[in-house]
Amino acid sequence: MSRTISLTLRIWRQENGTSQGAFETYRTGPISTEMSFLEMLDVVGERLTLEGKEPVAFDHDCREGICGMCGAVVNGQAHGHQQGTTLCQLHMRHFKDGDTLVIEPFRSRAFPLIKDLVVDRSAFDSLIAEGGYVSVNTGGAIEANTLAIPRKIADLALDAAECIGCGACVAACPNGAAMLFVGAKVSHLALLPQGQPERSRRVLAMVRKMDELGFGSCGNRRECEAACPKRISISNVARLNREFLKASLLADEE
Amino acid sequence: MGRTSRTLSSSLGRKMLMAASGSFLSLFILVHLAGNSSALLGRTTFLAYVDYLHSLGVLLHFFEILLLTAFCTHVFLALLLFFENRKARPEPYAVVKSSGGATLAGQTMIYSGTVILLFLVLHLQNFLFIDRELPVADLLRTVLGNPALAVIYLIGTLAVGLHLSHGLWSLCQTLGLEHPKYTSTLDKKAALLGLAIGLFFALIIVVALFYPGFLL
Ligand code: HEM
Ligand code: FES
Repeated sequence: MSRTISLTLRIWRQENGTSQGAFETYRTGPISTEMSFLEMLDVVGERLTLEGKEPVAFDHDCREGICGMCGAVVNGQAHGHQQGTTLCQLHMRHFKDGDTLVIEPFRSRAFPLIKDLVVDRSAFDSLIAEGGYVSVNTGGAIEANTLAIPRKIADLALDAAECIGCGACVAACPNGAAMLFVGAKVSHLALLPQGQPERSRRVLAMVRKMDELGFGSCGNRRECEAACPKRISISNVARLNREFLKASLLADEE
Repeated sequence: MGRTSRTLSSSLGRKMLMAASGSFLSLFILVHLAGNSSALLGRTTFLAYVDYLHSLGVLLHFFEILLLTAFCTHVFLALLLFFENRKARPEPYAVVKSSGGATLAGQTMIYSGTVILLFLVLHLQNFLFIDRELPVADLLRTVLGNPALAVIYLIGTLAVGLHLSHGLWSLCQTLGLEHPKYTSTLDKKAALLGLAIGLFFALIIVVALFYPGFLL
């Protein structure tokens, strides 16, 4: 049943990456509990626009939890308190009338701030460019059953491939590490036959890039797994460690 | 840079050194605990253990040097990673709340580690850098019979328990030792083992403090 609630928002406002930011406090009017978090921000933004003020900038695209564009830290938790959901899929029925919400951008040295809640996550793109792909010759696709993949392996690979690259793992990690993201990408390709030719080169290159980009290192604190909207398991972090160790010890690649 | 140094200086390599030195220190802790617990079996057993240890002579010194190397590596990397990781988030969050992953032990590794480090200074002063006039059994009675020292020893050993309750699982994860068959409960088992080690050390201290016949 539809109800309305009113909230106090403390939102991080910052003109651009080099200016000083600060929290601004806003009171929402009545917000329908059927709304998503982003729709609630839309309502607030529209009102600000009508008042001649700058609306709050935030990233979004699909609004159905599959693209990985949205994300902010709500009351200290990346994508808010609801487990296994992106911010766009977090609904206002999970909040109570009168709640105060502190809304901050994802914070990491590797994700420089662009404006308000929008951060630049192209560090993830650089990581993918470094090895998060398979090289295949063009031509007719081979018959699917030529590549036999055990069911369990296919499941593990698909679980890892669920990663939408939103960056919540980095935002939630006390060390700002990107291990869950890189672990998911390395795992999903290392598990599948298509990923084998570049398996060692991939993990070595991606780890080197990860360090270059200024991410922190893993303390196995598991906040990444808990915050991940796709519930990517930290067993992928263990697999990344294993793949890296194996490639460092045994592979010909530099 | 050579391949080995490049591997070991990467973030993953450093963590692997951390885990390797941590494993070695954990093995030492287990052997140390096994040896110390002979004190619960009485003076003769305990002194026989001590005599055996000293009869190792140069071998003992070899392991002391290994231990010192592992320890220094571990502490150096712990501090290096701690300060580097702080830089990975230059602008802190106004509100920090766990999404559900964090454990007390995991969050306090650097602090429990520091307590262990401080405790070790005292511990080595009490037992290693000292003129050995008294038999070790009597030295132990004097040190642990002092309530103030006994409390410090309790804090030190409980810090070891806390450190290991996260560390034993964390090292498996860092070294990539993971499999669906055993990983789902590995964290809990490792935490229990870590705490059990700390509590067993603590038990010896409590017995020494409250049982007047300890090592007589
Ligand atoms: C008896 C002594 C010690 C033992 C048995 C021990 C054992 C361990 C183990 C097994 C780990 C897990 C490694 C991993 O995360 O992969 C660890 C991590 C750690 N240790 Fe120790 N440790 C000892 C002393 C110390 C000391 C003196 C410090 C000092 C300051 C320290 C600081 C740390 C820190 C900060 C971590 C976490 C590193 C990270 O996750 O990035 N430890 N320790
Ligand atoms: S907007 Fe696409 S996942 Fe949220």
